[in-house]
Amino acid sequence: MLGIPTICLSSALSITRSVHPPRAVFIDYPLGHTAGKPHDPSDQENILKNALLAVEKIKSPGEIIDLELSWKESDEWKNSVMRPSNNSQKNASDDRVARFDTPQYQTSEDSNVADSNCPTCVFFEESQKGA
Amino acid sequence: MTISQEPIDYIERTRALYSSLNYPAYEWVNEQSAPFTKPTKSLSDSKVGLICSGGIYLKGQIAFHFKDDTSYRVIDSKSRNESLRATHFAYDLKDAREDINVVFPLNTLQRFVSEGFVGGIADNVYSFMGGIYSSRKVRETLAPNIAKQMQKDEVDLVILVPA
Repeated sequence: MLGIPTICLSSALSITRSVHPPRAVFIDYPLGHTAGKPHDPSDQENILKNALLAVEKIKSPGEIIDLELSWKESDEWKNSVMRPSNNSQKNASDDRVARFDTPQYQTSEDSNVADSNCPTCVFFEESQKGA
Repeated sequence: MTISQEPIDYIERTRALYSSLNYPAYEWVNEQSAPFTKPTKSLSDSKVGLICSGGIYLKGQIAFHFKDDTSYRVIDSKSRNESLRATHFAYDLKDAREDINVVFPLNTLQRFVSEGFVGGIADNVYSFMGGIYSSRKVRETLAPNIAKQMQKDEVDLVILVPA
């Protein structure tokens, strides 16, 4: 059966190179902003339009088109991304977000209105069902 | 004078971070090739699918958890932004929670359809929480199931948006 063409957006270039999807466009923004700057529909449209145009443009699998975008005038924001918060490697502590194993709602109201049957949730492991 | 820097190398930063925490090195997916299917229709004739791994869910659905959650959410493609939520551990959620389009470009896609740039969107779009440590679980379970759903949705093209 014929496959379905895909286009992948990316803000993590080395990871995308390693995964090697058929087609990708690279947006040099912080994680969590791959589809554009907040409250900036023209930036969001520019990114998605270029992603869609890349489907015809990319002729061989693994190609990544750099959209040559800048998050801010200065790239200083890149300095502190994912760097241990203190200098001493020996005493580094894990200050990342904890890997909670219960549903993490955006608001407590969400938790109250969540349907524990959730017909539009698809779970593969028994342990995941239920609110 | 500002100096522009290379794109962040997340593989290298993860290696350094894990090493500093004495965690074992993460084994990234590493492929040398990819399948390649040429599009058979123009964009303006195409029905497009959308899959986002930024942990987007609809109010009323169960939210994702952060410990290898392999579940996904089916989201009506006519959903309004006010009902959309984002939850994830690996990115700063502040902007996504103010403007979901930055991780879930459904609105943008809807505008492209009304402009005629894209033919249409599938009835449903999909999201999961991509912070899944086990690539095996994704390869064996989540990905093949979502791929099957794309076939059922009869989309001509799929846009994949990571967190």
